[in-house]
Amino acid sequence: MRYFKLFRGNNSEGEMKDYRIEVEKGMVVLDAILRIQAEQENDLAVRWNCKAGKCGSCSVEINGKPKLSCMTRMNEYDNDETISIRPLKTFPVMRDLVTDVSWNFIQNKKIAPFKPDPSQKDKNGNYRMTQEDVDRIQEFRKCIECYLCQNVCHVLRDHDKRNKFIGPRFLICLASLEMHPLDTTDRIPDIKNDFGTGMCNITKCCTDVCPEHIQLTDNGIIPLKERVVDRYYDPLKWIWRKLVGEKILRLFPS
Amino acid sequence: MSKSSFAETFRTDRWWLEPLLVLIGLSAFIIYSTWSAWQGQYYWWSGGSEGFGGYLSPFYSPPLFIKEGIPGTPPIWHAWFGPWPDWLYDFKYLPASPAWLILIFPLSFRFTCYYYRKAYYRAFTGAPPACAVGAIPRNNYKGETGLLVIQNLHRYTMYFAIVIIFILTYDAMLSFFNDGRFGVGVGSIVLLINPILLGAYTFGCHSFRHLVGGSINCFSCSKSSRVRYKGWRFVSFLNGKHQMFAWLSLFWVGFSDVYVRLVSMGFITDLNTWGV
Repeated sequence: MRYFKLFRGNNSEGEMKDYRIEVEKGMVVLDAILRIQAEQENDLAVRWNCKAGKCGSCSVEINGKPKLSCMTRMNEYDNDETISIRPLKTFPVMRDLVTDVSWNFIQNKKIAPFKPDPSQKDKNGNYRMTQEDVDRIQEFRKCIECYLCQNVCHVLRDHDKRNKFIGPRFLICLASLEMHPLDTTDRIPDIKNDFGTGMCNITKCCTDVCPEHIQLTDNGIIPLKERVVDRYYDPLKWIWRKLVGEKILRLFPS
Repeated sequence: MSKSSFAETFRTDRWWLEPLLVLIGLSAFIIYSTWSAWQGQYYWWSGGSEGFGGYLSPFYSPPLFIKEGIPGTPPIWHAWFGPWPDWLYDFKYLPASPAWLILIFPLSFRFTCYYYRKAYYRAFTGAPPACAVGAIPRNNYKGETGLLVIQNLHRYTMYFAIVIIFILTYDAMLSFFNDGRFGVGVGSIVLLINPILLGAYTFGCHSFRHLVGGSINCFSCSKSSRVRYKGWRFVSFLNGKHQMFAWLSLFWVGFSDVYVRLVSMGFITDLNTWGV
């Protein structure tokens, strides 16, 4: 027998309710939630899909830590430990464990899409990339959009700066586009001004909670911050651009 | 979304342990390094010989000016610019310590370092103290866009840090000599490990990684970008261990100072091949 506390309610009111269920060897937390739903609370709202850590649907906070419930094994917790499960704190609760993450979809639409240079096509009309160029941006493509990073980021979670910060998930999306060797769009001004790289103080919580182990901060956000420094804060580079001229520099892209 | 109060969390693990350890570790270093820099003495040991060689504390390197007649200070020929100048005596409350003149460079490098920013934002400013733990409430959180925009000059502090590594490497070489004679002492080993750890930390820096190859989008497009890619891969390897080297090098640079100080004060005897 294991003890659980689950949030029941909506965005304006709710409470933690106690449950007691049998747990078998090999179960994950999502199994336990589904058993509670099947046996005790048929109207419990929980979002899930693949149960394999690839769809990013079952994000919740288990004992206060943002996690995928399908990838959290029951044996991570002591037998006598009560497991409390809450919805993501950063987003409005729709019902019980389900939150409204649609704000993220709106952010995604703000990002200028991939725009390759047609002159880079080979004779067969295909774009070609070498493996070393693919490797760096491939890491960011592992993102399953579970929004655990968005949820744990204190800029959104505690300071509610949604109007100034796009969040870590979309900064790595921007990194994958900015570092793409075939892309031609300049997003650096947007990254600084609209998407708010300066709001991130790199406390790395996004990296800590990522179920895909993407190094969001080291490989995505910090490189973007450095590119912003290149453009806006490096006095020598600023003088160099003034001396040489932006037009000439654009002829020799890095 | 309801706002959290400071340290509010539903976490049941010991989330406070890591920021507490960082707080203790960094505070201990700040207190000790300030005390040590204040001393202005016992930062050199050469067993009484005036010739080439000796142990110099990394906190005091390079000794731009040296005040003569103070115990545990190097011979005047070690000073880059000669004896302690009169205009520096005007700062009455500061002792004649070369450490004051140079510590700002490595300290500013560490202060603006991306790893240390994470560490002290969490441990000292509670922004946030740990993941999914309430940050100190601020009405107008600005991140690094307000006063902290200065963190963007990290790459410039890095340039100075690289210069200091070369200077400390020279000091390590110096420590293998005593009065012009080659040899090895425990202090030589201590002072040799110091620039190695500092190098592993500095050359794994995120800004260095960006300058070496991170700023380019196409690693395979030219000969120079392929060379930079190899450099970037190596720096990325060091960068993956940046936190470890940040702490190891911090500890070791402090330990090196402690060792030289204790030997210079005569509290411990340096085991060496010179017999001094």
